[in-house]
Amino acid sequence: MKKLIVNGVASSVDLADDTPLLWAIREQLKLTGTKFGCGEGLCGACTVHVNGEAVRSCQTPVGNLADGAEITTIEGLHPTNEHPLQVAWIEEQVPQCGYCQSGQIMQAADLLARNPNPSDSEIDEAMWGNLCRCMTYGKIKTAIKRAAQA
Amino acid sequence: MNVRNTPNVSRRAFLAGTSTAAAALTMGFAMLPVGMTAADAAGANMFSPSMFFDIHPDGRVVVHISKSEFGQHVGTALAQILCDELECDWQNVEVEYVSYDARFGLMITGGSWSVNWSFDAMSRAGAAGRKVLIEAAMTKFGGAAADYSASNGVITGNGHTISYGDLVASGVDARTMGEAEVAALTLKTPDQRRYVGKDIQALDIPAKTRGEAGYGIDVEIDGMVYATPATPPVRYGAKVTSVDDSAAKEIAGYIKHVVIEDPIGTQTGWVMAVADSYWTAKKAAEALKIDYDLGPNTGVSLAGIHAESARLIESKEADRLVLDEGDVDAALKASDTTHTATYTTGLNIHMPLEPMNATVDIRDGVYNIYAGSQFQTLVMGLVPAALGIEADKVAFHQQYLGGGFGRRLDADYVLMAVLTARELDQPVKMIYSREADTQFDFTRPAATIKLTAGTTGKAIDAWESRSSSGWANSRMAPGLLATDLSGKEDNKFDPFAVNGADHWYTMANRRVVNANNAIAQAAIPSGNVRAVSPTWQFWAGESFLDEIAHATGADPLELRLSMLDGAGQNAGTGATTDGANRLANTLKTAAEMGRYGTDMPAGTAVGLACVSSQERASATWTACAAQVTVDKATGEYTVDKLTIVTDVGTAVNPSGVVAQVTGAAMWGFSLATMEEADVQNGAITATNFDGFTPARMSDTPEIVVELIETGHYPVGAGEPATTVVAPAIANAIQMAVGARVRDLPITAGRVKAAL
Repeated sequence: MKKLIVNGVASSVDLADDTPLLWAIREQLKLTGTKFGCGEGLCGACTVHVNGEAVRSCQTPVGNLADGAEITTIEGLHPTNEHPLQVAWIEEQVPQCGYCQSGQIMQAADLLARNPNPSDSEIDEAMWGNLCRCMTYGKIKTAIKRAAQA
Repeated sequence: MNVRNTPNVSRRAFLAGTSTAAAALTMGFAMLPVGMTAADAAGANMFSPSMFFDIHPDGRVVVHISKSEFGQHVGTALAQILCDELECDWQNVEVEYVSYDARFGLMITGGSWSVNWSFDAMSRAGAAGRKVLIEAAMTKFGGAAADYSASNGVITGNGHTISYGDLVASGVDARTMGEAEVAALTLKTPDQRRYVGKDIQALDIPAKTRGEAGYGIDVEIDGMVYATPATPPVRYGAKVTSVDDSAAKEIAGYIKHVVIEDPIGTQTGWVMAVADSYWTAKKAAEALKIDYDLGPNTGVSLAGIHAESARLIESKEADRLVLDEGDVDAALKASDTTHTATYTTGLNIHMPLEPMNATVDIRDGVYNIYAGSQFQTLVMGLVPAALGIEADKVAFHQQYLGGGFGRRLDADYVLMAVLTARELDQPVKMIYSREADTQFDFTRPAATIKLTAGTTGKAIDAWESRSSSGWANSRMAPGLLATDLSGKEDNKFDPFAVNGADHWYTMANRRVVNANNAIAQAAIPSGNVRAVSPTWQFWAGESFLDEIAHATGADPLELRLSMLDGAGQNAGTGATTDGANRLANTLKTAAEMGRYGTDMPAGTAVGLACVSSQERASATWTACAAQVTVDKATGEYTVDKLTIVTDVGTAVNPSGVVAQVTGAAMWGFSLATMEEADVQNGAITATNFDGFTPARMSDTPEIVVELIETGHYPVGAGEPATTVVAPAIANAIQMAVGARVRDLPITAGRVKAAL
């Protein structure tokens, strides 16, 4: 039994230690906004925050988490879904199929928390690992800049 | 070369009445049995679900969408068309994606068809609905219909004002409107439109920023278990001979394995591991010890596939004659110079980010399927056949699709799920691992295209296209095959392997021949990847035109424009009215915006291409100017800028069209420059996003998209720009450094080799 704080709520997951956090979030806690894309840390669709830092939840075994670790998923990024990135994502009409966008937003939120005014190349560097198969990259970048100015 | 390019909606009658939705007025097209009253028909929910909407007493207008949503925001666009004519308030509009119903007719989302097929029907449904409401107001308040007008959800006239919701709440008599009356409705002129042509925010986007959009993989059924496949070492043709699950049984949570016996043969040699979670199922699948008979395809390689296509092109043994105009052989003989070049495209994998999955819950003997599909009609045809049950024992519940790109036109993942569910006592969510999703994709086939042309001076006298690839529809949808021009009824061909070869250049003598590569199709069954055959037919044709121009001393732009004269069949008709001239216009605009022919630094140049993707009857006019910079020493190149100019006739949602065109151009860029899969020993070698690499953010070139509004009937936006980018880049590379690359993707090694 692992005790975690998920989106501010004390939660516990009862899974084999090698189970990736992704599946604990999706299947045990029923928070399906975090997505499975590749299972190998190659696409970024599963990105969540652990203790305030973006991680690939498919590469994070629950056994490696400390008891009391704080997990934030897309559902908990902002209490009313109005994080500047979420607002900018709508204003710029970023998503197409939308499947990667939870991971994109969580990765971008980590970037802006560390670097409130990133340059183009800093955005490229931070977002390189997040695939968008619809390839909405231009709008993602524009929306990140818009959120940075908000 | 056009298939079913007519709306699949019967307009035998328009029906208005109260159906099952509580107190809501439902309206839409219907096929009404003779003698049935409107009230009875509405009460019996006779509406054709391909086209119906509800107006609720609280004013909400719910538009039911039969198309699949995978990033086109198709529900928003279709609702814009309907609600414009209905004159309802957009603030009250909702869309709902419907489950399968046989009354839909053909349920498919692809081909960039959705708006093109639906525009007239949606417009007329809205106009008919407005007429019903106005006449209901007249009945209520007296006077003549002409006394009333509707605007933004409110009817005014004869001293009265009433909202649509209040009118519905007060009761609207059921009625029908005949086909002739619907056809006679006066539709708005463009200047009267309220929503069509406006940048309305997509209704599906807010949920997609909150993690709330429900994809197939997100479906939850109480008590469900999870399954994922153990797959064989060859793409197709393997058979399981034994399974030892003793190691899997050591894994807590493992339930059982299921050897998939698929009578349709969509996948072969699969064993499903079933467990209490996906992770456990994945570990169990890896722990299964499976023996196979690997079947006949273990010797197939990508190089062998290309060699077979080249052999078929030369031997002519599998020729299908698709187009034959004038006398190509005589014209070739009479011309001064004969030009020949052979082009290839590699194998490409869809890899939508949501792996294939389906959830199945057998309730009361009915297989309830929850998944995202682009082709529900195919699913509903194959599932009963595979299970040996009646169609009424299957229900399909559509979800959002985490990427389509043609992958979800296939039904394999649904079949794998139902064949697993049949062996279980619980509902099951079946998910392909990314590795299975990659290696068992229905790929864009590797294609080979040999082009021959005769020229006299700078003029092209004859043009012959001979191509070969796998035919996706010989496997997936044989009903889509067409008969060729040989006069032999059995001489079928796949139009979706040839679209794009029937270009809009006026040429007196032209022949198009195509052959199925049966070896490729048997070993690496192909599918429909975004923009399908125009991605290889235009790659060849638009590259070859530049090669001819360089050989004859013509300017590539002038050569194209000289043949885009709109003569004869190239004048177009219906949605393609003024076709060749519109294509010429996009090309000229792209050349100017993209600074074609202007002075550039050494190693930098602009190349052009223009296309009429996807099909002749629904052609979208698209041109590209690609600016590239090439390093002569290494062959490395950068795409500095892509200028895309497109004429979709009428853009229902211009910013949405730009988004689709941009995404399509990015796909074209990614296919042109980096995406490449290999086949060895009958297997696709890539397994995940490290072995197959779509473009990432840092790869993205500057893209400028210009929409030309001509007011013609709308055509599609989701695919055409995919097909124009690769030839424009190759043409730019030749302009810059003289190197001609004829194989996709255009790698630095290929550029260097061509220098």
